[in-house]
Amino acid sequence: MTVHVKQDKPATDNRLDTMRQNVIGKPVSRIEGLAKVTGTAPYAAEYPVEGCAEGVLVTATITRGSVVRIDAQSALGMPGVIAVIDDERLTTRPAQGTANEAPQQKPRTVCYWGQPIALVVAETFEQARDAAQQLVVEYQPEDDVAVSAEATDAEEQDDETVRMGNLDKAMSDAAHSVDCTYTTKGHASAAMEPHAAIAQWDGERLTVHASLQMLNYNITELSDALDLPESRIRLISRYVGGGFGSKLGVSEEVVAASLAALQLDRPVRVVMSRQQVFEGIMRRSETTQRLRLACDSDGRLTGFGHEALVSNLPGEGFAEPVLQSSHFLYPGENRELVLKLSRVHRMTAGSVRAPGEAVGMPALEAAMDILAERAGIDPVELRLRNIPDKDPEQGLPFSSHKLAECLRQGAEAFGWDGGARKPRMRREGEWWIGTGMASAARVHNVGEARARVTLKADGTALVETDMTDIGTGTYTIVAQIAGEMLGLRPEQVLVDLGDTNHPRGPGSGGSWGASSTGSAVYVACMAIREALAERLGIDETGLVLADAKAGNGTLLTELLRGQDMVREGHYKPGSISDDYLASGFGAFFSEVRVNHFTGETRVNRMLGAFGFGRVLNAKTARSQCLGGITWSIGMALTEALEFDPRDGHLVNRDLAEYHVPVHRDVPDLDVVLVEERDAAASLIQAKGIGELGMCGGAAAIANAIYNACGARVFDYPMTPDRVLAAMPE
Amino acid sequence: MRPFQYQRAHSIADASTIAALPGAMLIAGGTNLLDMMKLQVATPSQLGDIGHIGLEGIQDLPDGGLRMGALATNTATAVHPRVRADYPLLARAILAGATQQLRNKATNGGNLCQRTRCYYFMNVDQPCNKREPGSGCGAIGGVNKLHAVLGTSDQCIATYPGDMAVALSALGAVVAIAGPNGGERTVALRDFHCLPGDTPWRDNVLEAGEVIVAITLPPPVEATQLYRKVRERSSYAFALVSIAAVISIEDGRFARADLAFGGLAHKPWHDPRIAEALVGQAPSPELFDHAADLLLEGAEGHGDNDFKIPLARRTLHAVLAEAVEKAA
Amino acid sequence: MPDELIVNGASHPLPQDPRVTLLDFLRHDLGLTGTKKGCDHGQCGACTVIVNGLRINSCLTLAAMHAGHEVTTIEGLGIADEPSALQRAFVEHDGFQCGYCTPGQICSATAMLAEIANQWPSDASESLEGPIEVSGDEIRERMSGNLCRCGAYANIVAAIRDVAALEGIA
Repeated sequence: MTVHVKQDKPATDNRLDTMRQNVIGKPVSRIEGLAKVTGTAPYAAEYPVEGCAEGVLVTATITRGSVVRIDAQSALGMPGVIAVIDDERLTTRPAQGTANEAPQQKPRTVCYWGQPIALVVAETFEQARDAAQQLVVEYQPEDDVAVSAEATDAEEQDDETVRMGNLDKAMSDAAHSVDCTYTTKGHASAAMEPHAAIAQWDGERLTVHASLQMLNYNITELSDALDLPESRIRLISRYVGGGFGSKLGVSEEVVAASLAALQLDRPVRVVMSRQQVFEGIMRRSETTQRLRLACDSDGRLTGFGHEALVSNLPGEGFAEPVLQSSHFLYPGENRELVLKLSRVHRMTAGSVRAPGEAVGMPALEAAMDILAERAGIDPVELRLRNIPDKDPEQGLPFSSHKLAECLRQGAEAFGWDGGARKPRMRREGEWWIGTGMASAARVHNVGEARARVTLKADGTALVETDMTDIGTGTYTIVAQIAGEMLGLRPEQVLVDLGDTNHPRGPGSGGSWGASSTGSAVYVACMAIREALAERLGIDETGLVLADAKAGNGTLLTELLRGQDMVREGHYKPGSISDDYLASGFGAFFSEVRVNHFTGETRVNRMLGAFGFGRVLNAKTARSQCLGGITWSIGMALTEALEFDPRDGHLVNRDLAEYHVPVHRDVPDLDVVLVEERDAAASLIQAKGIGELGMCGGAAAIANAIYNACGARVFDYPMTPDRVLAAMPE
Repeated sequence: MRPFQYQRAHSIADASTIAALPGAMLIAGGTNLLDMMKLQVATPSQLGDIGHIGLEGIQDLPDGGLRMGALATNTATAVHPRVRADYPLLARAILAGATQQLRNKATNGGNLCQRTRCYYFMNVDQPCNKREPGSGCGAIGGVNKLHAVLGTSDQCIATYPGDMAVALSALGAVVAIAGPNGGERTVALRDFHCLPGDTPWRDNVLEAGEVIVAITLPPPVEATQLYRKVRERSSYAFALVSIAAVISIEDGRFARADLAFGGLAHKPWHDPRIAEALVGQAPSPELFDHAADLLLEGAEGHGDNDFKIPLARRTLHAVLAEAVEKAA
Repeated sequence: MPDELIVNGASHPLPQDPRVTLLDFLRHDLGLTGTKKGCDHGQCGACTVIVNGLRINSCLTLAAMHAGHEVTTIEGLGIADEPSALQRAFVEHDGFQCGYCTPGQICSATAMLAEIANQWPSDASESLEGPIEVSGDEIRERMSGNLCRCGAYANIVAAIRDVAALEGIA
């Protein structure tokens, strides 16, 4: 039985808070934890499959043009080689998140260096890799290909453009103003598990173990690519070794493995090399951002301008949504927000953790620091004076708004000194030491989701959904929601995720999984509660469930009378999505040291305070925040994709030269969870948390660099060369 | 990896014989070679495993120096009591490089033979005169943040990426090399690596069939030893600039100032004029600037790496100031 | 020299193809998939295993180079019913998220605690000699060969500190 709930009104009843099992929100350790720490949790490439052949992708070595000839014999003559797959249906890019259709196919048309063009299949991995590298391919390259954003005419993204009042006038009339331009380099998701798939075809049905975030979209994308009905495909992603946007859409190896399995009638595994993941999956676009901020003598914003230039491949609809939170974070009646997209022949740009705010907020919040300095106002205070009471552009109410609390609680926990701020006030040996802060904001999304809950006759529960756990804690929070609602301990709830045979949901992405699928689980559990209440002859609101029994002492097993009770919850966000502006908010505080001689910057300590609705699990939520702050450190100091200026190929395509932060880059971090219930965010009063932790954090570091040594750097990441160039003598 | 014939060498002579075969390479720790073989940057048809030929020892020399076997791991070297006590610069340089996992496998001899991290060298689909003579240099006019500012040629601007050899250069180490006919020759570490010139494929002076057997260090001297590595990440990153310094001060003047530099050139950079300029002089910012002038005479950036020139100057100031403070 | 290697106490013949890395041998030939392939180039640490007591990147060595060697993988450190102290501490402190780097982190940390007990210095050590204080910076430097993209570093360090204290290391 399926129960449908469309949420048109805020869920102010907070039913989860009236439950008695007392597990929701608690710092429960991950229920799949032991499997992960003992190495027994199987990831996509790790399923033992009899007779599995190994496939290795072949990628283009030109920027643009066509493949004239693939000399299959050059590989087929090599030991162990089974096939060279150059099917027209091979995909050449990953699908964008929620694309729901196949990405660009026709691999003989080359649009960027590193684009997959074929697959070599052999008996062993070494044979396949060698043959893929030896495969002779002839190209017809095109000349004069645009590879840098500055070199092409940019298209204005009309749906992002806002012009209100007169910003130029506001700037010239302002008591204080800032007009400056920041750049950010491209970023890689660099999930630790490379993209991988094992495809098996039994003549009727294709089963694919893959590492994907959004199965309900991915199955459609795969079906479209293969021209095979969805009903004949099953996708499984029980464990995903990190996603961060890179596994939102079906990726090239999934389609390649599937085509090979179909053609060869035997199982095929394709694992991308780390270099292929770097070159052939998503990059976050580099950005150039102009910020114009105008305020009165009290520091109240009167003008707000944020213009950004980003890039993508021709044909891609995705433009890094740099301005996403700029639309509502701060007031200013004179506004100009413009996003432009230029078309370049570099690898696909798409979602990397917190698309938009990840780069937009660090630029905005660094500019706010300059404004605070010019206005002579403490940076925390400047932000407190600029919290709008409603969305400044559309006039919508906020579903909830915890920025002020985050600023205050964060400042207190960090020990923020609200006194006069001047660079170069503290030095220890060669190191200048300083502090900085920034606001955090990240839009909240919620989507339609289904989940099936079975209260088993034995008094345990089973939850089934295609939702994925990419490290976010889904397994555990789903067990907590069901446990809380049904009066069970989390370990009494078996959570079965990542299988398209289960009821479908939006998957993991845009931080929407927990609130969407969590709401569906809630709906299913509520239906079970109603059925149980009916058996007890009471109203559901009077039903108390805890420790596997009802309030009157009746055991759940007795109530079930030897039969499983199954309900499917179907949650759909209704007008709450239109009636409110929902966002997570927060504040970052950091202390850094900058070496006077070398410009090296290290973070001494960092704190984030975040408000994102109900905390479903204090332990895993805190971990999400820690992860975001760690990404903030990478974005601020080390992470930069470098592209060759001539052919646009990604130059630093490995983990030695693309500098993901290492242990030593990350000091002790503090997280303050600012509790709230956001009734208009979802049925369970929760918002997303996976991305908020990196939306602005890099600016707290940039601002601390300035406070430490007086170097105002306008380019992220702030590597030693850039810090030194801005370092006053 | 291309297919290869794998064989274990059982003696230095064995190793030398294998090394002389066409298409053959020797493998010790393998941390650099296998990296390159997977990318087909290196494609040996024969692979001689020298892990079992007994060159792991680290022994005292009669003159008070130290002989470190070519197959002693970086870890075994860095934690050796004599290295820690008498050549702390070497221990520090080793510990500043790579990771514990890599240092546990990487050997001293292999470390000297470590090849450049130039992005274009490591990508077989890009031009590189070092990897494929005559194909051009992708780094010139490309992305060259890692690259050299000293001793470059129009053929190659790659850097030697290691840390250990920079320390060995400052310490005046000597490389012992076994030849194909049983002889052994020695080469000063400072002369072991080559500049690219018009033979950029040649990283060092090893000839076909030659095998590094040991690195020897001269007797320790009374001096302050420092290794400074400037890097983007705080660990597990190659040097933008590094400086190895062996400094002593007598009567307020430099008595010894042996300096070597990493990250700046195709080899650990050593310029004897720097010691000549410093020794006998009292430390001062002007003197340090003079030393930097000598170091950077003729330095030339290629765009992304222009910053290395001022960075080297500033880092030299910092290192000399620190050394003087510690030596005093 | 025996043409086999010992993994978690059991002997296995070396692979036929000399190109097979120790990592692929463990994952593919032996089905010990707890050891992860993150980069295959010694740049991430996910493949860390302990060979003859020392942690190494199993991706950057050939199985053939380890005849007669004793290899310990994550599966050899503990099982779900009987996890090692570090495995337990990682769960308790949430020292992972996606879990893919985790076996490498734990193998690395296991060997690292022995290195500290042996007074092997690191880049973070004030002195090259004498006992080593298990400080945050020591742990972080020594663990820097193990990337975690989820950003669980702070929790990993907390887990290791707990176990170091428990085992009375420095």
